[in-house]
Amino acid sequence: MSHVIEMLNIRKEFPGIVANDDITLQVEQGEIHAILGENGAGKSTLMSILFGLYHADRGQIKVKGREVHISSPNDANDLGIGMVHQHFQLVHPFTVTENIILGKEGHFFLDRRSAAKKIKALSEKYGLNIDPDMIIEDITVGMQQRVEILKMLYRDAEILIFDEPTAVLTPQEIDDLMQIMRNLVSEGKSVILITHKLNEIKAVADRCTIIRRGKLIGVVDVKKTSQAEMASMMVGRPVSFKVDKKPAQVGRVILELYDLKVMNNKKTLGVKGINLSVKSGEIVGIAGVDGNGQTELIEAITGLRQVESGTIVLDGNDITNAPIRKRNEVGLGHIPEDRQKRGLVMENSLFNNVAIKEFYHAPFSKHGILDDEYLKQYAQDVITQFDVRSGEGIYSLAGKLSGGNQQKLIVGREVVSDPELLIAVQPTRGLDVGAIEYIHSQLIAHRDKGHAVLLVSFELDEIFNLSDRIAVMNSGELIDIVKTSETDESAVGLMMAGVKRKEGGQ
Amino acid sequence: MSEIENKEMKSNAFLVAISAVVLGLIAGAVLMALIGSNPFTGFWFLFRGGLMNIERVGNTLATATNLMLVGLSVAFAFRTGLFNIGASGQMLVGGLCATLVAHHVFLPRPLYLVVLILSGLLGGAVWGIIPGFLKAKFNVHEVVATIMMNWIAYWSVYYFVPAYLKGPSLETESASIAIEQTLRSPWLTKLFPGSYINLGFLVAIASVIIIKFILDKTTLGFELKAVGSNRFCAEYAGIRVNKNVVLSMMIAGGLAGLAGLSFYTGYSRNMQIGVLPSQGFDGIAVALLGASNPLGVLFSSLFFGVLQSGKGFMNAMTKVPPEIADTIISVIIYFTATSVLFKRLWEALFKILSRKKAVRDAKPTNNKEVK
Repeated sequence: MSHVIEMLNIRKEFPGIVANDDITLQVEQGEIHAILGENGAGKSTLMSILFGLYHADRGQIKVKGREVHISSPNDANDLGIGMVHQHFQLVHPFTVTENIILGKEGHFFLDRRSAAKKIKALSEKYGLNIDPDMIIEDITVGMQQRVEILKMLYRDAEILIFDEPTAVLTPQEIDDLMQIMRNLVSEGKSVILITHKLNEIKAVADRCTIIRRGKLIGVVDVKKTSQAEMASMMVGRPVSFKVDKKPAQVGRVILELYDLKVMNNKKTLGVKGINLSVKSGEIVGIAGVDGNGQTELIEAITGLRQVESGTIVLDGNDITNAPIRKRNEVGLGHIPEDRQKRGLVMENSLFNNVAIKEFYHAPFSKHGILDDEYLKQYAQDVITQFDVRSGEGIYSLAGKLSGGNQQKLIVGREVVSDPELLIAVQPTRGLDVGAIEYIHSQLIAHRDKGHAVLLVSFELDEIFNLSDRIAVMNSGELIDIVKTSETDESAVGLMMAGVKRKEGGQ
Repeated sequence: MSEIENKEMKSNAFLVAISAVVLGLIAGAVLMALIGSNPFTGFWFLFRGGLMNIERVGNTLATATNLMLVGLSVAFAFRTGLFNIGASGQMLVGGLCATLVAHHVFLPRPLYLVVLILSGLLGGAVWGIIPGFLKAKFNVHEVVATIMMNWIAYWSVYYFVPAYLKGPSLETESASIAIEQTLRSPWLTKLFPGSYINLGFLVAIASVIIIKFILDKTTLGFELKAVGSNRFCAEYAGIRVNKNVVLSMMIAGGLAGLAGLSFYTGYSRNMQIGVLPSQGFDGIAVALLGASNPLGVLFSSLFFGVLQSGKGFMNAMTKVPPEIADTIISVIIYFTATSVLFKRLWEALFKILSRKKAVRDAKPTNNKEVK
């Protein structure tokens, strides 16, 4: 069979790290080829080389058997390589057609009509179901992604690269995307799928190239390989997928929200009257597609955003308008969504970062004077207990840690202070399997100590693995709260799309 | 403080400062050579002018006093992520308050000194609080606010001095303060006979120590630095960002006010109208070269003090114009501001050295992440 793309013996070195070490990737004509690897394994570097964003130090790239030099994304486009980025590159007030022809407008006069015609034909051919006249800001994220795909097809791309395409989609949209990929290959296109989600590979890919720490581990036939086998190849050791946890021992109410309304950045209601209670000894997961009010809700509870109306009660204290420090003292722990922006002071040492919430009271300080020795001892305990690895221990700068270790540091800081309510927002985003396992076990341990955990995640697997109850949010409303044991992914997926359970059967 | 990491950073900042100074001096030498003077004699007289006898050392210290306090003011605000361009105005107001006290308050010397110092401190602090408040409350950028406060101070002095502090002859400056009412002190003057040195120098040294203590050892310093390096994280951690912004500007203003005190009631004995003291801006250079670190500010202000007070002598003894000294200072600022380049250079050098070592140790590559 003919290889449409061959990347042979690619090596790429960055200062202090070999991102790609003698990697070979061969994609056949008309297949869906997955690239599997942990974060930092070198997937993105490899694709960036193919797309002309980086230059390989060594190695050869062949497209359809012919050796090529790709020095910019334009070169890649000319060779028929298109990439659907994780973050869409669309102009929101423009129509689908305008977005697609952007950069390919042709001559002086803009011929929207024939472009729209071509787009419509493409959309029908591949089952994309896109109306060329719609405005981008009016359509869903899933549709925006399909516009990105159309953009590639409009430019006659033969090879489509999808970079973690499912991160922003609901389960139903993921199914649709899988079908679209199948349509693409059945029409003779080739697809490269970059992901770390095994079930997606299993569902759609033909072959899978597995990379670990910059090295090629193997190429497997997906049909003949189990998920567990692929996972252990990716990580380098056996991995357990199911999180072990005992049934919840639910106690008193820790967090209570009454008709909470919160404005979003556009000065409209981002949270439209939510009632929710979280009890000690349980994990409540908030499921929903990104941007449906989760951020506003969490910021309101943690005090980073003002409440429009309603009440927040934490462990019996009304904290609706309380300053953040007061909330922390009442018993709030918060693993923030953006660990680099909110969670850590990057150019500060680990021991200062560990103390950043508690430095002001004894025993961290007395009469306004810091107790350096105590601070360091405390930080040392945290990083030992939570296995935070760094070059210079507690003296390392937070910014020099890997993402996984940064997150372990934050989790350690929050868990050690033993809060009644721990809020974890996307606690494992961008982390590798090992760190994910560890952080999950810490969240469950916190629950088992008799505390409440409120989890926000856009990964349904994570929600289902950890939560005792699942609250589903859609456009600022709480669609429903269900017990994890009494629901499944497709039911929650429907709710994420805004369909209420009772109406679901109609 | 934190031994390893900070040592590395400090030595880094030190290397950068030294590199900038050396390059600045080289640039000065090149300029002197270009205008046909001998750079060695130029520098010889420049440094002799600052240091050749006890009187000149005293004057150098007196010049450095003002720079030190203003530099400290800029550095302190900078640690909280604020750019205090208003040190000139804060100096004027601090100096005006101190001058008023010097003319009208008569108390036993120790008590009098306390009142005098407090007046300068408070005057500057008020001038700092206003932009701090505007920033905290209305998000007015502190650069804009402090520049405007500079001009408000400038015109206030323009009005106040002729109206209330008029000298016997000149309309454009205030009456001289009686020598016993200034910061000049007989024993210091005896130590450095004939110089302008005054108790302001001790105030400046004390300020360096206090500010260093606040930044390194107190919860207040911890908060201010957290706000300065990542206000989002500080907010998340429960630190009141706005309170710290106001506080930081207040303290920075107070330090600049002390500079006004030492300049107008110690270094000189009267205030001229229509002059915005240039020390306010020189302080930015001092803070930059000192890497916003109190001890760094101490040394960089002493160095700039030598250049400032030696340039006149250089001009008198050679054909080198005094502007050369200013040029050297500017070049140093330029190189400090582009310190990233040096940092890269030194880091690259260190890396090459450490790599040679690491090759021998045959490292197992980073298996940090897994677990």
